[in-house]
Amino acid sequence: MEQIPILRIGRCLLVTIQVDMHDRLAMALQDDLTEKIVATRARGVLIDISALEVVDSFIGRTLNNIAAMARVLDAQTVVVGMRPAVAITLVELGLSLSGVKTALDVDKGMALISRLIDGSVASADARREG
Amino acid sequence: MADAGRSPLLEIVEGNRSQLLESWVAHQLGSGSGQMRESEIREQSSRFLEEFRSALRSGAGGDAEGPSWQRVKEVLAEVSRTRTAEGFTPSQTAMFVFSIKEPLFRMLRAAVPDGAQLAEEIWKTTVLLDRLGLYTTELYQKTREEVIRRQQLELLELSTPVVELWDGILALPIIGTLDSERTQTVMENLLQRIVDAGAEIAIIDITGVPTVDTLVAQHLIKTISAARLMGADCIISGIRPQIAQTIVHLGLQLDVVSKATMADAFALALKRTGQRIGRSGPAQA
Repeated sequence: MEQIPILRIGRCLLVTIQVDMHDRLAMALQDDLTEKIVATRARGVLIDISALEVVDSFIGRTLNNIAAMARVLDAQTVVVGMRPAVAITLVELGLSLSGVKTALDVDKGMALISRLIDGSVASADARREG
Repeated sequence: MADAGRSPLLEIVEGNRSQLLESWVAHQLGSGSGQMRESEIREQSSRFLEEFRSALRSGAGGDAEGPSWQRVKEVLAEVSRTRTAEGFTPSQTAMFVFSIKEPLFRMLRAAVPDGAQLAEEIWKTTVLLDRLGLYTTELYQKTREEVIRRQQLELLELSTPVVELWDGILALPIIGTLDSERTQTVMENLLQRIVDAGAEIAIIDITGVPTVDTLVAQHLIKTISAARLMGADCIISGIRPQIAQTIVHLGLQLDVVSKATMADAFALALKRTGQRIGRSGPAQA
């Protein structure tokens, strides 16, 4: 069975979706990713969907769920590289993925994640001190 | 009496062609086609008669839908096109075909002595010519619709420019009401430019939008959500006092940073992308 690779870069996990997502693959990714976040104690998850041409409502919801689960495990999720056509489709479907952070490409997504991680560390420190 | 293969109509069009052409052209000139030159009318009429004759001769009879009438229709299309371009009304264009009736019927009357047969011939001819006349009207309408469609497209293209203001900052001035179709175009243009320019911030300027109701707000929100999904933030600018009041009265939730003027929005965008523009020192006297 095909599997979506999850790469670890520093404190981040990088997921590059290169194949067409079908429902079972999405569920498998959700399982693998949560396992991996716990195992590597990652603080950020970067999901690159620039190769995805079709995102249906199920995949959209799964992305939202993954972000929510990662948040529970104290990791920030950023979805990068969404194509214009996909963005329009999701909006028309009424899925604005409000729980997911987005960035234009992997580079900007990495920068955003580091900012988010540092920000949350800083605010946690501030809370402890305050 | 004419034999089965050659109807009186064909006899006339074949035998008295120049005479028919003369009286037809005279008739057209007399009936208010004054905007056109005589030579042009004569040329068009003569071509029509030529094709009309070969269509009749090929034995298609009264069925104006048949393939042998294709050439006649092409001539009519040409006539319709030139007349539309010169600002003729549809009835004036259709009169091109209808005006042949009078001279043609007069000749038919002379050629067919028997009353019942004459009535029959005139009926067949009139059905045929009506078909052709209606065809010109249809063409006229089609030409008009094409013009309207093209203008709509051009309007859509013209009204949704996306401007790159600064490195990573796009501006989208919207002018006119935002309906569903325009939203689609605006959204597609904006998203494509976001990808092309790698822009992080898009300023949507609604100075030119006359009113913001729930529907327009809905469309704005859609555009903003789509841009956000791609990883770009939106700022709305150009909200006039009147529109600010309407938005609050309607209870609309735009959930987006908004600024009163494009300049403010631009300043914010610069700050967010970590860029600065300033004066380059004291101005030279």
